[in-house]
Amino acid sequence: MKIPDFLKNNMYAQLATRNLKRQSVRTVLAAIGIIIGVIAISSMGILGNSLKLSVTDSFTDIGDKLIISPAIGEDAVTDRQVDQMRKVDGIDEIIKVSSSGELLDYRDGGTKTQIYASVYDIDKDGLGSLVELEEGRLFKSGSTDCVVGSTIADRMELSIGRKVEIDGSKLRVVGILKERGIGFDISTDNGVFTSSAMYDKLYPDEEEGYDSVIVKVENINDIESVKEDIKSRINKKDVLIDVFATNTIIQSLDDIFRSISLFLMGIGSISLLVAGVSILNVMLMSTMERTKEIGIMKAVGASREDILKMFLLEALFLGILASIVGGILTIGGSYLLIALIVEDTNYLLKLSNILYIAEGITFGIVTSLVGGMYPAWKASQMKPLDALRHE
Amino acid sequence: MPKPIVELKDVKRIYTLGTNKIHALNGVSVSMERGDFVTIMGSSGSGKSTMLNMIGCLDVPSSGKVLINGVNISKLDDDGLTAIRRNNIGFIFQQFNLIPTLTALENVEMPMIFNGTEPQARRIKALQLLKRAKLPAEYADHKPNELSGGQQQRVAIARALANNPPILLADEPTGNLDTKTGKSVMELLRELKESGTTVIVVTHDPKLEEYSNTTVRLQDGEVLDENS
Repeated sequence: MKIPDFLKNNMYAQLATRNLKRQSVRTVLAAIGIIIGVIAISSMGILGNSLKLSVTDSFTDIGDKLIISPAIGEDAVTDRQVDQMRKVDGIDEIIKVSSSGELLDYRDGGTKTQIYASVYDIDKDGLGSLVELEEGRLFKSGSTDCVVGSTIADRMELSIGRKVEIDGSKLRVVGILKERGIGFDISTDNGVFTSSAMYDKLYPDEEEGYDSVIVKVENINDIESVKEDIKSRINKKDVLIDVFATNTIIQSLDDIFRSISLFLMGIGSISLLVAGVSILNVMLMSTMERTKEIGIMKAVGASREDILKMFLLEALFLGILASIVGGILTIGGSYLLIALIVEDTNYLLKLSNILYIAEGITFGIVTSLVGGMYPAWKASQMKPLDALRHE
Repeated sequence: MPKPIVELKDVKRIYTLGTNKIHALNGVSVSMERGDFVTIMGSSGSGKSTMLNMIGCLDVPSSGKVLINGVNISKLDDDGLTAIRRNNIGFIFQQFNLIPTLTALENVEMPMIFNGTEPQARRIKALQLLKRAKLPAEYADHKPNELSGGQQQRVAIARALANNPPILLADEPTGNLDTKTGKSVMELLRELKESGTTVIVVTHDPKLEEYSNTTVRLQDGEVLDENS
């Protein structure tokens, strides 16, 4: 049966809607309580979730990577260890990384300022799979060319063809990278990438081996087993390397933001609690007012269950209507909130946020039902004789 | 001899008010036959309202037996009493007691809803009953506050008949009506009696006695006399 037909033909439904209309001001006021409660809960949930999404989105490299670094007391990841890694199943790519910190000079207006840069030696193919170019191209192996991160390019006002000076050596900029945000593997935005030949020339005293090795796995679901395999192969006797899986960070972020969301929703649910009490109050008032009607209905054959059903249906209708209105208003309200706090409204229509609205609506309906329960029970327990005598 | 439709056997009803015990009914024994038109008369405080509540299954006796259609209601709980009421008794009140949010037709349908009658069937039946109670068809969709007192009482009578109860119980049915309207309502009750329904009218108005074939007079909770 279609819902409109049900409402038309079912007299319990008819009675419920008419009784709600009978005290329309009171109904609207009770509904406003629920509406506010639903908005509070779902927009708080959405806010927390959008914060999470905006933070996790800024960690672009999270996921299918393992970062292998020398254990405390060890100087570098050696070629021998890299060879051992190659024997592990499920590895897509091994990228060896050597890096040094460097202070670069640049002019900011009239004054000379310095910027911290990380100078990297990563082979061209490996670099190609880690970063994206904004303009230009990657360096050729053996050349003195370099590729710079977006922060360095912006600050130093670099463009393709210009030169950067490191320890007296001049490196020609052939490519500028896209902004990537915070990373766990390499810091691209303030990185300077050059060929191994150039790097060795700049830092001839560097020891053999690598500062870190980035391992990309074929299947993200295998990341734990690959991690364990690498560890067991290399850390046989002594702990020589540390293996860090970037996806573990996402789990702890998830936990943190789930707590934040819950906390915010907890605050929101206080308003729903208040709304529940106001439903209770309103329904109690109407059972009192309708005592005589209840008596009449019982006299003509309404059972306790019939009366209970009638009043619960009233609370349910009120709850559904108010919660849906609340849900619709939430989309507007959280648009404002997200625009102000997270400053990116793209997050609003993510599935997880829609779920928070559904959650808010569910809570609103449940609250109305719970609030209506006691009055409905009370109405059903009235003695027909006492109820009939009531004026 | 057929079983009486209503039978009270030594019914006592005692209310406690503070430390006082009030004997609203003090050993009443009455029996009414199918198709009777009974008036229960008495001044206020005579116990006639209490007796009406007993027959209407709205109250149970402190001691004694009340048999409605052969069923002893003395030990029934709320839902048990409701079930007896639903199938055996049609109420007509002095104040009409219609549900203000429902139309005339829906008020008549209501007892059939509680009885589980199909929507289509109950609509047809309600229209028939309104016709039988002589409410002009154009008023079927009116709310009670759009009807006159007489019209409201006709709706109430139609509602009382909804589940084909063997007993119609009327409490001062003409109390809120002018003489002429009151007369036509009583005529309607007489017609229903002719078709086999037991009509019981509780009143203090001696004029209603002429419609009945039995009168029970109550005084101080006891039957003063019963004549047929």
